[in-house]
Amino acid sequence: MVDQPYFDVPERSGPAAKPRRRRRIFLAWLQMSREKTRLRVAVLGITFAAVLMMVQLGIRDALFDSATLLHNSLAGEVFLLSPHSASVIAAQPFSDRRLHQTLALPEVQSASGIYVGFAQWENHRTHLARNLYVIGFNPDDRSIAIEGVERYAKAIKQADTVLFDVYSRPEFGTAEIGVDFTRQLPITTEMNPIAGSLRRVTVGGLFQLGPTFGGDANVITSDVNFRRLFPGRKKGSIDIGVIRLVPGTDVERAIRKIRAHLPADVQVLTKDEFKNVDRSYWASSKPLGYIFNLNVIMGFLVGAIIVYQILYTDVSEHLAEYATLKAIGYQDSELLKVVLQEAGLLALLGFIPAFLIASGAHLAISNATHLPIAMTPARAITVLVLTLAMCLISGALAVRRLKAADPADIFN
Amino acid sequence: MPAEPIVAVQHLSHHFGAGELRREVLLDIHLTIRRGEVVILRGPSGSGKTTLLTLIGGLRSVQQGELHVLGQALHGADGDALVRLRRHIGFIFQAHNLLRFLNVLQNVQMAAQLHDERPGWDTRAEATAMIEAVGLGGHRHSYPENLSGGQKQRVAIARALVGRPRLILADEPTASLDSRSGRDVVNLMQHLARERGTAILLVTHDSRILDIADRQLHMEDGRLVQSAGREVSHAPR
Ligand SMILES: Nc1ncnc2c1ncn2[C@@H]1O[C@H](COP(=O)(O)OP(=O)(O)OP(=O)(O)O)[C@@H](O)[C@H]1O
Ligand SMILES: [Mg+2]
Repeated sequence: MVDQPYFDVPERSGPAAKPRRRRRIFLAWLQMSREKTRLRVAVLGITFAAVLMMVQLGIRDALFDSATLLHNSLAGEVFLLSPHSASVIAAQPFSDRRLHQTLALPEVQSASGIYVGFAQWENHRTHLARNLYVIGFNPDDRSIAIEGVERYAKAIKQADTVLFDVYSRPEFGTAEIGVDFTRQLPITTEMNPIAGSLRRVTVGGLFQLGPTFGGDANVITSDVNFRRLFPGRKKGSIDIGVIRLVPGTDVERAIRKIRAHLPADVQVLTKDEFKNVDRSYWASSKPLGYIFNLNVIMGFLVGAIIVYQILYTDVSEHLAEYATLKAIGYQDSELLKVVLQEAGLLALLGFIPAFLIASGAHLAISNATHLPIAMTPARAITVLVLTLAMCLISGALAVRRLKAADPADIFN
Repeated sequence: MPAEPIVAVQHLSHHFGAGELRREVLLDIHLTIRRGEVVILRGPSGSGKTTLLTLIGGLRSVQQGELHVLGQALHGADGDALVRLRRHIGFIFQAHNLLRFLNVLQNVQMAAQLHDERPGWDTRAEATAMIEAVGLGGHRHSYPENLSGGQKQRVAIARALVGRPRLILADEPTASLDSRSGRDVVNLMQHLARERGTAILLVTHDSRILDIADRQLHMEDGRLVQSAGREVSHAPR
């Protein structure tokens, strides 16, 4: 007796050059597609989870992006901010001397100050007062690049005249202001600035910016009017410095020069750095980021549980068949692969409709709220990866059920 | 020089359970099956026939004694070795055990593709030829649920034989068939096996098919007892 096995190899007939063929039966798909109802339920569950994750991430990103709406509208390449400012809605004033100092550098074309504050705005119809965000700037500087602001820049040179954001939340009488303004009816109401003095103001024009984290509505006025509203503010103190460079200047080099030129009591930032200040302010210091992450985790878990249930049932129902495959010589790892392939297929089948639904939902949300929400490739890929992970983790858990498939049982 | 035995069993014992519940199921079994031999194993229910079959088929680990199948020692063999061995054995079960979600061709291909490392092996062509050989050429794309019991068992035979094994282990393959299709299935199995020199170990209670055996073995309470067949030349050592 020998211990060397002598397994059969078939005698070959015909030419030896016959190409090797490795067409494998795609077991995962055949098994899944045979149970149409279960497949539909699984895909539906995954789609639901993926839509939830996509929309939550979308709204979160949109809210964080909305925090930088103003930043995007400022016409400049370099920005000055107090080192104590964690956000433009909690800006700490600093001296405009820093701004003027930069004009000494040949790279700097112009420099202008922006003032921000909060005020109570009385709805001119209902007389209910709510907080909004007030932005002041010198209309001659053209440092705010918003179409309406540019068009009505002359209007705010008149005393106690402001421009109103038509993307503001409706509670401020936004729609009525829009209608009255186009009918050329006078719109006057009361503004009661926080740490300022109550004034009657007139709406002299409209612009489009959008609600942000910090404010549900915005008004823009001239620096002169701003100081009338906030008489307590020290003269010559600004909140944001906007610097425009001579066209063609290397921004990084100019920033290094400006930093060297100014004392350390002011931050010198690129536009991206400036935007990141506010993004990270909202992402870290408020429970909002946390809530959205929680919702994403919920979607992930709901999806994972559905996929696990489906795959577990599927494996359980096919135990005899898996045992047969083991008996005729399939490795455990090959069967494991089948279950994971099923999981991967489910993920893809669920993701595609989810992508379409979420894209539609983004459009609807953006129309209804004026939040800057849109499907981005990065977010789509993030959710695809999350969906795959969700399905594969569930698959890996359901695979344990395969252990119950004992090939020794199949003769019974 | 005598041919290598396909199966060589020496002092094989097996038990289930432990302690109080320990039950001896096989006791000191000796058995040799040679190339091309058709051996029928009979015996009362619970005597250990299926257990012996699962041990020979590498579906259970050997506890005690020596077991060589196709020249490979199964006592002390690891799981991977057992899995590889199984690919070279044709299993035929009482329940056909076909995969419900695969059609006839795909079911046979599942077994055939385990051998696609063989030179010149075309899984689909091999499976198709085997299905023709069991007379189901016209049912290649049928699903098991649409086949009769006898047809399903023929598919199972095609699946068992497509890898050209030297050993077939069959456990009551006719038990769920009427006598006519039972007879057909056994004839087919015998015919195909003889053509290829495949040995068959067949467990059956069906006395109408005993005539295909070269040799009959009887099992009684876990012990093997030789009984008369057409030929009694292979007495256990
Ligand atoms: N997995 C198991 N665990 C515990 N006991 C088992 C197991 N499998 C079989 N047995 C017991 O071992 C004994 C032999 O079983 P086996 O299935 O080998 O008998 P058999 O000869 O095939 O019977 P039958 O003709 O009814 O199929 C029986 O008493 C059975 O109850
Ligand atoms: Mg049995």
